[in-house]
Amino acid sequence: MIHGSDYLLLLAGMGLVTFLPRWAPLFFLSRLKLPKSLVDWLDFIPVAILSALVAPELFTSGLERHLDLSQPKLWVAIPTLAVGLWTKSLGGTVLFGMFLYWLAGRLL
Amino acid sequence: MEVRSFVREESGSARRIVWEGLTAGWPICLGYAPIGLAFGVLAQKAGLTPVEIGLMSLIVFAGSAQFIAVSMMSAGASIATIVATTFMVNLRHLLMSSSLAEPLRGSSPKFLTLFAYGLTDESFAVNIIRFREGAWSRYSALTVNHAANLAWFVCTVAGGYGGQFIPAGALGMDYALIAMFLCLLAFQLRGRLYALTGLVAAVAAVLLSLVTPGNSYVIVASLIAATTGFAAKRLQGRKSAA
Repeated sequence: MIHGSDYLLLLAGMGLVTFLPRWAPLFFLSRLKLPKSLVDWLDFIPVAILSALVAPELFTSGLERHLDLSQPKLWVAIPTLAVGLWTKSLGGTVLFGMFLYWLAGRLL
Repeated sequence: MEVRSFVREESGSARRIVWEGLTAGWPICLGYAPIGLAFGVLAQKAGLTPVEIGLMSLIVFAGSAQFIAVSMMSAGASIATIVATTFMVNLRHLLMSSSLAEPLRGSSPKFLTLFAYGLTDESFAVNIIRFREGAWSRYSALTVNHAANLAWFVCTVAGGYGGQFIPAGALGMDYALIAMFLCLLAFQLRGRLYALTGLVAAVAAVLLSLVTPGNSYVIVASLIAATTGFAAKRLQGRKSAA
C-alpha cells in the first residue's frame, strides 16, 4: 500500500490528470466563437454520452463483461424510463426506480 | 468582479439560486451514498485511513477512477501506472467539458476553473438538461457540482469509518444513479435524431464494452453516435432544402 508523501504525490498526479480534461475544453472553447457545425455536433454529445454510460450497465454483467439480459436492473429500467418520459420529474423517477429495484430484489 | 456582478445582478435571489441548485442536485447526492460508502469500505479494507480517503475524494473527485486506483494500489501498481490509468478513465470528460463551453460562454476564468473541478458524469447530465431548458443560472449549476462533491466526500469518509454496518442494497439505493441517468436520457429524447443517436450509442457502447478493456467504450461510442446524429441531421437538411 502507498502511504505518506508517496500517497500525496499519487493524489497530485491523479488530481491533475482528472482536472485537465475537465478544464481545458471549457476554459478555451468558451472564449472562441465555435463554428456552427461543431455546435450542432456537440448538441448530440449529451444524449450519446448518457446512453453510452448507462446501456452497458444494463445489458452486460461480470468482471469479464458478457451479454446478460436477465438482470433485474434491465427490466426495472423499462418502466423507469417510461416514468421519466411521462412525468418529466427527475426526483420522482429516481425514487420510483429505487422502489421498483428494491421490490424486484424482494420478489425474485 | 465575478462575485460582485453576481451579487448585483442576482442579489436577493442568491439564496434561491443556491436552493435551485440543491433541488436539482439531490438525486446525485442520493445516488452517491451507496457508491461512496462502498468506496470508503473498500479503501479502508485496502489499508487507507479516513483522512487519506477524504483527501482522495477532495483532490481527485472521480468515482470509478478512485475504485480502480485503490484496487491497483492493493495490487502493488506504481504511481505512474495508476496516474496513467486515471487519465484514460477520465478522458471522457473532455467531451462533456466541450459541450458545456457554449452555455458557459463569457464566464470568468476563475468561475470556469471552479466549475471544471466539479464536472462529473452526474453533474454534467443534470446541468446540461437545465441549460437546454434555459433560465438555468450558472451559479445553480456550480451549486450542483459542489453539493455533489460534498456528498461524495462525506459518504466516502463515512464508509472509511464503518460503512460495512450498512446492509448492501438497502432501499434500492444501488439503483439511484442508474434511474437518474435513465430519466436524464428520457429528457434528452427530444426528437427522432436524438433517439437515433441514443440508440446508436447504446448499441455501440454495449458491443464495444464486450470486446475492449476499461471504459474507453464511453468515448468511442459517444463519438460514433454523435457523428451519426450530426450526419443524419445534415442529410435531413439537404433533403428538405432540395
